[in-house]
Amino acid sequence: MATESAVSTLSVHDAEHDHHEELSFWRKYIFAEDHKTIAKQYLISGIVWAIIGISFSVMFRLQLGFPQMKLEFLRPIIGNWIDESGKLDPNFYLALVTMHGTIMVFFVLTAGLSGTFSNFLIPLQVGARDMASGFLNMLSYWFFFLASMLMFVSLFLETGPAAGGWVVYPPLSALPQAHMGSELGMTLWLSSMALFIVSQLLGGINYITTVINLRTRGMSFSKLPLTIWAFFLTAILGLISFPVLLSAALLLIFDRSFGTSFFLSEIYIAGEALPNVGGSPILFQHLFWFLGHPEVYIVMLPALGITSEIIATNSRKPIFGYRAMIASMMGIAFLAFIVWAHHMFVTGMNPFLGSVFMFLTLIIAVPSAVKAFNYITTLWRGNIRFTPAMLFSIGLVSFFISGGVTGLILGNSALDIQLHDTYFVVAHFHLVMGASSAFGLLAGVYHWFPKMFGRMMNEKLGYIHFWLTFIGIYCIFFPMHYIGIAGFPRRYYAFSANDFTKNIFHDMNAFISVMAIVTFSAQFLFLYNFVYSLIKGKKATQNPWQSNTLEWTTPIVPGHGNWPGEIPAVYRWPYDYSKPGAKDDFIPQNVPYSATPESNLPHENELISLEKAIEAQNYNDQFKQPH
Amino acid sequence: MVYIVGLLSIVFLALAFMVFGRLTNVMKGVSNPQEGEEQYGSTSNKINGAMFMVFLILGVVAATWSFIHSTQYFLPQASSEHGRRTDTLFWVSMAIVTGSALLTNIFLFYFAFKYQYKNGKRATYYPENHKLELYWTVTPAIVMALMVFTGWQAWRDIMSEAPAGAQEVELIGKQFNWIARYPGVDNNKLGNYNYKLIDNNNDTGIDFSDENAFDDFTNTTELHIPVGKPVLIRIRARDVLHSVFIPHMRVKMDAVPGMPTRFWFKPEKTTEQMRNETGNQNFKYEIACTEVCGRNHFAMRLNLVVEDEDSWKKWCAEQKPLLTSFPEYASRIPANLKAKAAKYLPSADSTATASAGGVAASGNASLR
Repeated sequence: MATESAVSTLSVHDAEHDHHEELSFWRKYIFAEDHKTIAKQYLISGIVWAIIGISFSVMFRLQLGFPQMKLEFLRPIIGNWIDESGKLDPNFYLALVTMHGTIMVFFVLTAGLSGTFSNFLIPLQVGARDMASGFLNMLSYWFFFLASMLMFVSLFLETGPAAGGWVVYPPLSALPQAHMGSELGMTLWLSSMALFIVSQLLGGINYITTVINLRTRGMSFSKLPLTIWAFFLTAILGLISFPVLLSAALLLIFDRSFGTSFFLSEIYIAGEALPNVGGSPILFQHLFWFLGHPEVYIVMLPALGITSEIIATNSRKPIFGYRAMIASMMGIAFLAFIVWAHHMFVTGMNPFLGSVFMFLTLIIAVPSAVKAFNYITTLWRGNIRFTPAMLFSIGLVSFFISGGVTGLILGNSALDIQLHDTYFVVAHFHLVMGASSAFGLLAGVYHWFPKMFGRMMNEKLGYIHFWLTFIGIYCIFFPMHYIGIAGFPRRYYAFSANDFTKNIFHDMNAFISVMAIVTFSAQFLFLYNFVYSLIKGKKATQNPWQSNTLEWTTPIVPGHGNWPGEIPAVYRWPYDYSKPGAKDDFIPQNVPYSATPESNLPHENELISLEKAIEAQNYNDQFKQPH
Repeated sequence: MVYIVGLLSIVFLALAFMVFGRLTNVMKGVSNPQEGEEQYGSTSNKINGAMFMVFLILGVVAATWSFIHSTQYFLPQASSEHGRRTDTLFWVSMAIVTGSALLTNIFLFYFAFKYQYKNGKRATYYPENHKLELYWTVTPAIVMALMVFTGWQAWRDIMSEAPAGAQEVELIGKQFNWIARYPGVDNNKLGNYNYKLIDNNNDTGIDFSDENAFDDFTNTTELHIPVGKPVLIRIRARDVLHSVFIPHMRVKMDAVPGMPTRFWFKPEKTTEQMRNETGNQNFKYEIACTEVCGRNHFAMRLNLVVEDEDSWKKWCAEQKPLLTSFPEYASRIPANLKAKAAKYLPSADSTATASAGGVAASGNASLR
């Protein structure tokens, strides 16, 4: 009976499989519910946004590096924001800075990174047919798309997009009479962010549910790849913190449009005393940073997860301290919620609160240090293959360290007094969070490109791309520390107004700008490689990196449902690389201990008896449920 | 500047050509791909491994050189008592973190180089070592605790209540300049203010129903403070967020509409002393804005003049109270304080007319 029903469900499954194959073009590629397609949609959107976001930084770097330069050649792109004398409009400078931050943090490193790899890897690595809800997943992408459209449209407004910094502190962002960027551009920014948050929540719920409920047989939490741990914790962070940003955005919308005074008090502007009293601009900052700080880790953790996987695979060694890695990610995720006010030491917040947040902030350095040490020890006595993904992962660790240590300076409230809102801060967070997670994204694309598109990316181009980018980023952000120590404030259109910034660091700023252009140009190598490999790349093999995780057990280009037959069961952790006694230097997760008596450790021999139980477990297979 | 741009673009072009040259080679390489495991022990792997060492060595040289080169542009020694303390803390912390970053980066790059792929070699299966993990959890924790503790002590002292007898001044931020308000020479107390009283002449909203306000005077071009004496700056904003930044004093505090903030410090060097020390006869202390506040954020500055107490007092005495400059505000003075205000008003006659007008005005108000 049992076999009969199994056969019948199998045939039902086959029938449904065929049924799924017949999707129309729209359902298959546009309003797709398949996690792999959605991941690609996120990836491509992320890449498009990255080009826009980084090109903005190049524009304002031209202004900062070459303040005398005639920028007329930009007129075809940004039109009248270049004035008659060929100078960039100071309002638009602020708009560029603001949009660069918003786009890179939210649209590239949150949506582009988490959206791509959480979607792509969670079902493949935990052994699921798809996300828990394909429909919500599709909604998540299209809400993101809508948010993207609104933000994109705001770039073309006559009054320009939002321009009060990516943190959009009121009252500047609340009062259209205070700043050009606080007019329609700000309204669109807030609407776009509200939609973006909806998208993040839909995505996050899905990631969490899938990881908890749809793991395959034997895939206990202690056997999850670190990527999945990272995506899982990231989703939890987002789910808890993004609603707070939504509340801040809504209150700001009320203040802007409906005359409330949540963030406004005692303001005299444009010759008029406003009636608002009793609000607090500091309240907005608390709400904003309650998301804003976890956001740093929402951006960072997936990159660290990806790196863990890539470094272990390409060092041909187990990741060092698997449990310590999980514990430190949990520690970081928890602490992320109770350190937000370190962005606010000098806002007039109670200094006692400053002391508390300083203590909490510096604790977060401990799990971060543990992670860095663990990566380095994973390299130790490895057998390292420098694939482009591996190079970017090593680069990430380097940025994470070099940018991370200055966090100890900035997290120290006494030292933050001088450094707050100077280029020291810009240097710090671009290295530790911007460049690191961008490297995580690039490493991920290089590593999983064969799984996504069935073709290999060109390695040599990848090497050149890596070295140009790696050296370029250090050349941009390392000297910025010096400028920060000299007291240069950030978000300044020009440094000519103050004596203490007037005649110094011209060449340094010019150098930084040139390196920014070089680094930006180097990304076109990646784009070229991406498109070229997509069409003409070498055909991938099933497991090109000889990796242990489940996604490499699927067909070269997995179809709908990922595995044509049964989902494999999992018997071991994902890091059995170079195990003594084993024939190959890797043992995939779906190989039972009973098949590898030569390499089993004593306690693993005992686990053989559990294999029957694992196989007998619930399939947890959506395709076997009637739907 | 043009030459630098030219030079750099040539360098960039050369780089681009190099890359393009490599590219064509690479494309040739695509047609005869190497298969199997052998590729990992290939020249590319060796080059990448070696590049990490090259990067490490050149990077350390470049970092050292650029640091030495940049030190001449760093701010001179702090001119305030707490500033010297935070500077010391900063450089000590900087030494600690630079050292640890350098050390860990050396390990990272050296291991990458040393343990690059070799055919037939096998990596060491080394999944954990609890002792090692414990050490490197505890060591940073201890170092961190020390840094936090010293930082916290400094923070506590800097943010403590201003000592009694500190000289108060008020600094008001608006788009796009600072307004300094002084408590006046007679009672040395800042009068009340109300944002609804702001107009073109009374740009800080001084409330003249408070007698402490009578001798208050304002200045939009300079802030004068005495040297060697604690100065308490009371900070507020009229329109949007601003932030008071006095780089040479290591002072920073946001100006928030609706929420007055403050910062006290003890300046130790006069502007004159700084001119002699830096050899720059045009040296000026400056106050900048470090919270983005709109179009001219970058140009929002105020000169800060630090002088010895006598010349500071002399300067203050020369300033005209706002009430003297604009006697029409006398109409806002309540009747019982008129006598006290009289000395700030230009002459007896004009006082009389002004107060008569005031009475008339208040009479009208009550009628309404």
